Amino acid sequence: MNLVQKDDAMVRQKAMAATLAARQEHAHAEGKKVVYTFVPGNLTELLLSFDIVPVYPEVEALRSGMRKASDGYIRAAEQAGHSEDVCSYVKCDVGMGLSGDVGEGEGKLPPPDLLLLSSTGCATFFKWFESLRRIYGSECSMLQVPYQADGVITADMRQYVVDQLRNQVIPTLERVTGQKYDEDRLREHLRRSREAEDHLVAVLQSAKQHPSPIDAWFGAVYYVGPIFTAWRGTQEAVDYYACLRREVEDRAQKKLGPITPDGPLVEEKFRLVVEGTPCWTNFRELWQMFAAEGAVVVASTYTKVGGLYDTGFRHDPDRPLESLAEYCLGCYTNLSLPQRLDLLERYVREYDACGVVVHSVKSCKAFGAGQVLLLREIERRTGRPGCMIESDLVDSRYFSNAQIRNRLESFLQAVSMRRKAS
Amino acid sequence: VRVYLGIDLGSTTTKAVLLDESGTIVGRGLTNTRANFEAASSAARAAALADARLTLVSHTLPNALDGPHQVAYLRRELERSSRRHRLSRLRERAHALAEKDGPALERATDALFVTLSGPTLDAEAEVSFQDAVLSAAAEAAEFASASESLPYETVMGVFERALVVDEADPTQIAPEWMLEEIRGAAATPLALREAIGQALAEPIAIVGLSGTGYGRHRLPFAKSEIRSEILCHGLGAHLSFPQTRTILDIGGQDIKAIQLDAEGLVTSFQMNDRCAAGCGRYLGYVAEELGVGITELGPLAGCSSCPSRINSTCTVFAGAEIRERLALGEKREDVVAGLHRAIVLRAIGLLARSGGVHDQLTFSGGVARNETVVRMLRHEIVRHYGTDITLNVSRDSIFGGAIGAATFARTESRTAC
Repeated sequence: MNLVQKDDAMVRQKAMAATLAARQEHAHAEGKKVVYTFVPGNLTELLLSFDIVPVYPEVEALRSGMRKASDGYIRAAEQAGHSEDVCSYVKCDVGMGLSGDVGEGEGKLPPPDLLLLSSTGCATFFKWFESLRRIYGSECSMLQVPYQADGVITADMRQYVVDQLRNQVIPTLERVTGQKYDEDRLREHLRRSREAEDHLVAVLQSAKQHPSPIDAWFGAVYYVGPIFTAWRGTQEAVDYYACLRREVEDRAQKKLGPITPDGPLVEEKFRLVVEGTPCWTNFRELWQMFAAEGAVVVASTYTKVGGLYDTGFRHDPDRPLESLAEYCLGCYTNLSLPQRLDLLERYVREYDACGVVVHSVKSCKAFGAGQVLLLREIERRTGRPGCMIESDLVDSRYFSNAQIRNRLESFLQAVSMRRKAS
Repeated sequence: VRVYLGIDLGSTTTKAVLLDESGTIVGRGLTNTRANFEAASSAARAAALADARLTLVSHTLPNALDGPHQVAYLRRELERSSRRHRLSRLRERAHALAEKDGPALERATDALFVTLSGPTLDAEAEVSFQDAVLSAAAEAAEFASASESLPYETVMGVFERALVVDEADPTQIAPEWMLEEIRGAAATPLALREAIGQALAEPIAIVGLSGTGYGRHRLPFAKSEIRSEILCHGLGAHLSFPQTRTILDIGGQDIKAIQLDAEGLVTSFQMNDRCAAGCGRYLGYVAEELGVGITELGPLAGCSSCPSRINSTCTVFAGAEIRERLALGEKREDVVAGLHRAIVLRAIGLLARSGGVHDQLTFSGGVARNETVVRMLRHEIVRHYGTDITLNVSRDSIFGGAIGAATFARTESRTAC
């Protein structure tokens, strides 16, 4: 039997999740307004400055996947007419809405007072909130974030987002909540965001060590949880990340590997960079497959979809709206294919990875496009081999253990063979 | 002799290969994987050992002109003997099952077996014993059930249950006693008898083994003796054709496109995902739908001068597609050729995803035995990659994974020494 290790940060995170669930469930009873918004390009600090309780539909979908409830919701959405090819996050979320909004811990999720759509790199977001608007009959406000098609954030792009924040989003939030915009409060939240972001970057970059003290995909999914969602800009997040950083630095100092579902990883045999979202319905199973082979993910792009901090960006209390705009524009989902490629290449080199694994998601057209090209190009640029595994976000029908295991083992055995040969 | 065993547990067939210490193939064995992986692995291993005995016989035969002839004779006799024993054991099993359900079913089952012997004992047929016996029984059960006024399914059900039990029995082929039997037969020439005697006296010791394929984790081998099939196919193709840089392997349930370096090490690969469209099973289903044997499909498609334009390789919809086309008046051979072409186009797409085709291309797996697929593949390769690509196909290509696994066993044990 494996001894379950619960570190202080883990205990804190669990408590934070319970607090948030309770806050969401009782929001309306306590006279708070509820806003549904997406993880990439979220304006959590701004929402918190209006005392709004945010709900993140992708997070609710992935949690449903992790607790094996998503398949039922997806069926409900398909019965309501959604095609099998539609993004499974959307179907899970729509299915949840149609089935009574049971959230984490069986608590009921409150219906939205406002749908705040930040279009950060994902075209499906529009259709998603159109569907939710139909279910809940609530207002939808849109923040249009220009895609980094040319690989740069121009002054015009930033100004375009700032203008929308000032002229549309903030007035809408004022109207919905009945509160005045308070820039000082926003600045205070942004200051705390910056502090937490510093700690997070230190945690993620600890993986540069040999052996890596963390798994930067499976493990880091938990680490990014608070900062991708309702906790960014809070003192709780600052405390959580400071605590996590201490724990990780302690593991690094002791040369300990990451904790996996089967206990601490004894030997780091492979260091991998991963592109793509995890498969939430079979998350543990997939992690075990990697861990059984001694494979550690040292860097991942998924942990950057809710904010790309390790290339230098920080929320800035001195430039509140400008830095929120830059945050939205800079999320991984809003990067062009060449930028994503450069980032992956950088990760392979900086984190001394022996290969790249791409997890292609069946129902995600937006990020599936170009992944083979990414893989081939990374192989060409770095000389490290790549492997593609395929399943889905929260639709377990697309997860085949035998096929994924076959691919992963083949890939890792090929890496060892080449290592031996050289 | 000391030999190394490589086993490839595929989704449709299980292959076993024995290599001697110099790396030469001394035995090959092939069986269906219908029953279970353990039984299939034992059966393939026994078949490879039987084949190794034949190799020994051929080594010990005097260099007479008719040496190869005699080995061929022996091979045929061995196959016939094996089929005869299996058929009689199957009859006993079926009889025992039928007995419990009354005399009518018992009589029908016995009647069914009377008509089975002919087609299933043909030792030179391309079709495996299981396939031959199943299709012959399906026909014979019509008459057998009618004569006893029993439902067709009842009679066929007994037969199928017996076959499942039989397939799961790993002691199907025991080469030693069958060879003894042939040695004792009056019809066997004297020189051959002596050679069999010598071959039987030679112990065959399996000193290293390695397994691959979908069922590899079920093999009673240590983790270090289990290899991924991608690596094994890569190595197998490299050994057969050392200039290979790209491999296309179309098996029962998957298509693999593999890129190799000059040493036979895998540099990248792609496989079909979540769906076996366009694989061996697809052809099997098409054959069933058209009521022809799977080996007849290639030649049938070869007769076409104007292949139908079919883009889907969905196995589930193949039946509907075929019926629709035939109903519209398209010729059988054109429809079948269209289906072949669809397989090749799907494979070409996968090759491109894996990094393209580099000289030389080796085509392996069960589907590589289909000549029309080979011809169409060659055509598409020229179209996409020019005329400078050499395409290697050997009839032994189905053993590629097992050859690679046995080679791993051989090189690993040499490093260990």
